[in-house]
Amino acid sequence: MAAPRAFLHLASSIWKWGPRDIRGLSRTVAPEGSQRKGRALLQFLADHFYDVEALREYLFRKQVLKVHQKNRSFTHIKEQYGPYIAGAYFVLKQGGAVKFQGQEWMQSNGRGRFSLDFFKFQAVPVEAVDASGCAINYQGLDNLLALKELQSLSLQRCPHVDDWCLSRLHQLAGSLQELSLAGCPQVSERGLACLHHLQKLRRLDISDLPAVSNPGLTRILVEEMLPNCEVLGADWAQGLKLGPEEQS
Amino acid sequence: MLRRALRLGVGRCPLGRGLGTRRGGSTLDWDGKVSDIKKKIQSVLPGGAWNPLYDTSHLPPEHSDVVIVGGGVLGLSVAYWLKRLEKRRGAIQVLVVDRDYTYSQASTVLSVGGIRQQFSLPENIQLSLFSVDFLRNINEYLAVVDDPPLDLQFNPLGYLLLASEKGAAIMENNVKVQRQEGAKVCLMSPEQLRNKFPWINTEGVALASYGLENEGWFDPWCLLQGLRRKVQSMGVRFCHGEVTRFISSSDRMETASGEEVTLKRIHEVHVKMDRSLEYQPVECAIVINAAGAWSGQIAELAGIGKGPPGTLQGTKLPVEPRKRYVYLWHCPQGPGLETPFVTDTSGTYFRREGLGNNYLGGCSPTEDKVWPHLAQRVPAFESLKVRSAWAGYYDYNTFDQNGVVGPHPLVVNMYFATGFSGHGLQQAPAVGRAVAEMVLEGHFQTINLNPFLFSRFYLGEKVEERNII
Repeated sequence: MAAPRAFLHLASSIWKWGPRDIRGLSRTVAPEGSQRKGRALLQFLADHFYDVEALREYLFRKQVLKVHQKNRSFTHIKEQYGPYIAGAYFVLKQGGAVKFQGQEWMQSNGRGRFSLDFFKFQAVPVEAVDASGCAINYQGLDNLLALKELQSLSLQRCPHVDDWCLSRLHQLAGSLQELSLAGCPQVSERGLACLHHLQKLRRLDISDLPAVSNPGLTRILVEEMLPNCEVLGADWAQGLKLGPEEQS
Repeated sequence: MLRRALRLGVGRCPLGRGLGTRRGGSTLDWDGKVSDIKKKIQSVLPGGAWNPLYDTSHLPPEHSDVVIVGGGVLGLSVAYWLKRLEKRRGAIQVLVVDRDYTYSQASTVLSVGGIRQQFSLPENIQLSLFSVDFLRNINEYLAVVDDPPLDLQFNPLGYLLLASEKGAAIMENNVKVQRQEGAKVCLMSPEQLRNKFPWINTEGVALASYGLENEGWFDPWCLLQGLRRKVQSMGVRFCHGEVTRFISSSDRMETASGEEVTLKRIHEVHVKMDRSLEYQPVECAIVINAAGAWSGQIAELAGIGKGPPGTLQGTKLPVEPRKRYVYLWHCPQGPGLETPFVTDTSGTYFRREGLGNNYLGGCSPTEDKVWPHLAQRVPAFESLKVRSAWAGYYDYNTFDQNGVVGPHPLVVNMYFATGFSGHGLQQAPAVGRAVAEMVLEGHFQTINLNPFLFSRFYLGEKVEERNII
């Protein structure tokens, strides 16, 4: 029984490492010697044995289901306590922070526990959400889009926030003033183009987006698209090549 | 056995090289002989294609449960869903036959790549909604172990359809149907249009419908390669060849009302290899016609349409190739990053391409002059420079410009998945699933595509859509 457990351990460690950086599989992130040997061994086995391939597919499915489970919608809480409480509960469960209007920031402690006394704020709208590093995806965004008075949203370093999620943000166009997308690995300039609906936006942070092909040009185009907004991003000179006179 | 293999290997060399093409004197070409022998031994061992007379590894298999004629996005989508919905792993053998593995004339890769839910038929809207769901979760549907995830390059910027006075009422009606089915579309007046998109000239525009979510454009080549890769990993065989003949048998049967009908069943498909007279008869149970612009020719091969006109035997498949042109131009003062896929009242359309002020566009249905309409709608396009252009075929359904899905009433084991006249790419995942359900279960399960069956051509029931791009 030791050998299959070792395989499972190897497989799960590789796949834990995989989906976090969705482009890491194609980019050259050089793993250390033993991990590289482990990967090569797994690849060889998966190419030659149907069972190993099925096992790896099963482990991948489990990863995907885990993210879906985290992003389920809390319909019971929404019906009983209203959309603000449901949205706040969702964010706190994911590990983010929530600020109700007139209250302080609330966050879960290191072990994922938080107090439930915000349940009495049924009529108080949620003003700000900080979901940095949370595993929010397209489905989970349902809970946030119900917060119609949201003014500040921070989705920094969220691994599953992509262009499709950004296309849904138009529902917050009436209130959103501050948005931060810094460090999201799946957001590209195509998703940023959908932000033109958010005409009330005053601060937008699009720095450090690895999937954007041309950060300097993108920042200029986004600034043109949202004239009243302060855009924090890459410097416009980044990516410019030096001319022949300047190179010497 | 080794001696026999050696003898065959040695004896084969002059034949393989052709008479009189030996290079200089007595070069034995020992390496060539060794590789021949190795190939021979490998084919004898289990798992190889053993044929003592000649190498048949380029030919398709002799039996296959399902043969899909056409390896574009529709054919591959049907293959994917057949393998995905089969009851037991490995239950169905699927063979995809395509005569051009470079896809140089395939409609899929020459398409502009748009996807929208702004149709007037509820079935079309549902097909498009499911397809967009498929595209959004493409890395869950088409995940292959050890391969990098797919990047479809989807631009979720929406479609903007403009309507004149005459079309305004129809557009309002359409938007109502679309909203009922779950599409997120909003109506805009000319004033709202001017506020949102200041580069538009709203002269002649009475109403506009704008898709807010799940609409845009993507890279069709990426979808094709992703499907191909996944479908190969699921065990579908590919063959590079052309279908030249169907061998079928007929049965005379009587309907309930006493009429006589001749039902046909296809038993073999002859697949001819490229640039050669060699062909392989593939025994099959089901044939799927997903040949795109050439589906009409495939249907004729199966005998569809050979009969007195006005009867069911004489009803041809009304799908023919229609050439459409796409132009790429550069306009330095053109519309910015938020430009949606704009469709004008005259049928001209355009969309942004990349970040460098390049735009793709064309005109459909009629090939009028494109530039005057563009310049009239977007004054910035008065100064533009055409960079390049290409043309592709629509699998144009001359009857009602909507797809043909499902079995033929007389040729009982031929199923159609073609005729989508320009919106095949955006409906391909959903249509593939519908055809797979029809093949495996006998009826449509998730989306009811009964209005799109072949029998409507005989009965004369048109299922028409407006504003085909």
